[in-house]
Amino acid sequence: MMKKNINTIISTAVPLTVENVDTDQIIPARFLKGTTREGFGKNLFRDWRYKDDDDQKPRADFVLNNPAFSGRILVAAKNFGCGSSREHAAWALKDYGFDVVVSSFFADIFSNNALNNFLLPVLVSDSFLKLIFELIQNNPSEKLEVNLEKQIIRISSTGGEESFEINTYKKACLINGYDDIDYLLSLRNEIEEFEKARV
Amino acid sequence: MNEYIISKQVGKTLFEKIWNKHVVKTINGGPSVLYIDKHFIHEVTSPQAFNGLKKRGLGVLRPQQVIATADHNVPTINQHLPIKEELSRKQVEQLISNCANFGIELYGLGHPYQGIVHVIGPELGITQPGTTIVCGDSHTSTHGAFGAIAFGIGTSEVEMVLATQCLLQTRPKLMRINIEGNLNKGVVSKDIVLYIISKISASGATGYFVEYAGSAIRALSMEARMTICNMSIEMGARGGFIAPDETTFNYLKGRKFAPQSHEWDKQVAAWKELYTDQDAVFDKELFIDASEIEPMITYGTNPGMGIPVSGHIPSLNEVVDEDKSSFEKSLYYMGLQPGISLIGKKVDYVFIGSCTNSRIEDLRMVAAFVKGRKKSGDVEVWVVPGSKQVEQQAIEEGIDKIFSDAGFQLRQPGCSACLGMNEDKIPAGKYCISTSNRNFEGRQGPQARTLLASPLTAAVAAITGQVADVRDYL
Ligand code: SF4
Repeated sequence: MMKKNINTIISTAVPLTVENVDTDQIIPARFLKGTTREGFGKNLFRDWRYKDDDDQKPRADFVLNNPAFSGRILVAAKNFGCGSSREHAAWALKDYGFDVVVSSFFADIFSNNALNNFLLPVLVSDSFLKLIFELIQNNPSEKLEVNLEKQIIRISSTGGEESFEINTYKKACLINGYDDIDYLLSLRNEIEEFEKARV
Repeated sequence: MNEYIISKQVGKTLFEKIWNKHVVKTINGGPSVLYIDKHFIHEVTSPQAFNGLKKRGLGVLRPQQVIATADHNVPTINQHLPIKEELSRKQVEQLISNCANFGIELYGLGHPYQGIVHVIGPELGITQPGTTIVCGDSHTSTHGAFGAIAFGIGTSEVEMVLATQCLLQTRPKLMRINIEGNLNKGVVSKDIVLYIISKISASGATGYFVEYAGSAIRALSMEARMTICNMSIEMGARGGFIAPDETTFNYLKGRKFAPQSHEWDKQVAAWKELYTDQDAVFDKELFIDASEIEPMITYGTNPGMGIPVSGHIPSLNEVVDEDKSSFEKSLYYMGLQPGISLIGKKVDYVFIGSCTNSRIEDLRMVAAFVKGRKKSGDVEVWVVPGSKQVEQQAIEEGIDKIFSDAGFQLRQPGCSACLGMNEDKIPAGKYCISTSNRNFEGRQGPQARTLLASPLTAAVAAITGQVADVRDYL
């Protein structure tokens, strides 16, 4: 499994300026046939990266194919991850090598799925998002620093920063590498008591 | 449409009543542990969850509360033959072996109850008021039509529910959408929901759970209510639901897994307590006059891009600056121009199916319209029933005959061209009027162009070969 704890990430970033990126774009349905969590990264944004299924030639106009941009942080425009509940979207992003997605608006299920896979969704204001888009596009070697402990995202060169929200429980899980299942399993007795009490 | 934002809290909403009854405990500063009554699974989002259980050496805590079917990947012709496509076959085979190993009831291919997960739950009476229901599928909101808290989850969460019958959830904000009055001729529940989404946008309800209320909602059948709740996710909501009433009870009565005999009366008495208190307050409320609604169609690549079929695509100066680039990108993909009317636009495919509109009532509605008519020569028309039971019923009622006389193909149950995971794909560049719920780029196949509409609007397109206003043909 592609799990690991997260705390501070300092990296260059990839700017994806398209709004309303839905899960069918992140990973099209015809690539959901795997039965493990690995290997989805090669089909991340498949229909934008390649012309068609037979043609393996990357489309030069898509940002992932632009050698100038790379890094562990994806900066995405608003309403990222809308659409289906497929966790394959989070697996594909993580498998491709992203640890953080920054946007000014995330779809609910996507955020949950991301957090469950140690992919950190960082919610920023529209103005901050615009600022980092501009900086990265002008200078692809610009670095962003995401500090989960302090809940701060910072632009390395300018020192400009913004704080972001995350619930304390989820934050502790990410930093310590725990997952919800471990916690729920520890409640076995309480769950059984609850079941007995309601019949 | 008017909008009020309110924050004070008084009585209880139906959502809170159901939610509170299912909270096992709440973590300080964190989510609640929510008990799940029913868990539906299918072949695409469950294999990794079962693998997770195996890795941890865990079993399924309450296998009798889990119901499985194969729907996303299955062929819609010759279902009795082995699945040709290797990866699809492997996924379905894994579901079969996982269900056998973990003691889960499977309504797989060939079973008389097989079908789209959100169609079979209600028709078997598994979906019941006041319960919590999850599935690794965003359209789980469909089950909300029965007054249940039902929502889609990711695969890690599927694993959690299999292992513990619980989930960690933060309580969403609540929105009520009130629709009062009578619907116009030719307007059906799909138009209501496409209208709502066109007004509030594809992200307008993100962070909320939506209760649909008002006289126009109460007047709807269960099938029609399911269509509306189904598309809650298309406005960004976690889920949507409707308080149960006599319509709900009448639908459930006598169904396979509904409470039977004296248990039935006891349950109905309890279900009658499931309503939002008069003085309850929502985080947000919308009011819509049903008579404003016309037959709707989408022109773009998200479900919020909808217009009345008689209207026109917004012209560039009607779109706000910040949306211009995505609007233009979307129209470019669709091969359409700003400002035009869609009436008369030639269509290549008509797809009547999906968990939004593949129930017997949808098929009856289409059959009543096409009876004695024939499809236009160059359109391909696929009708894919939501379940084996729907298919069987259509045959018993002679609907299959009406369809074959009209030149429509009645296929076998599954998700089919809703997401094009099996062979049922719309070719690149072709236009498809679809009764499904998503018009995303590539949703129905790479480069396919989807126009979402009601079964009636789809039926008139099948007959005329183009986008038409169904009111001119009634
Ligand atoms: S019919 Fe479409 S939307 Fe419904 S469950 Fe199947 S793929 Fe999902």
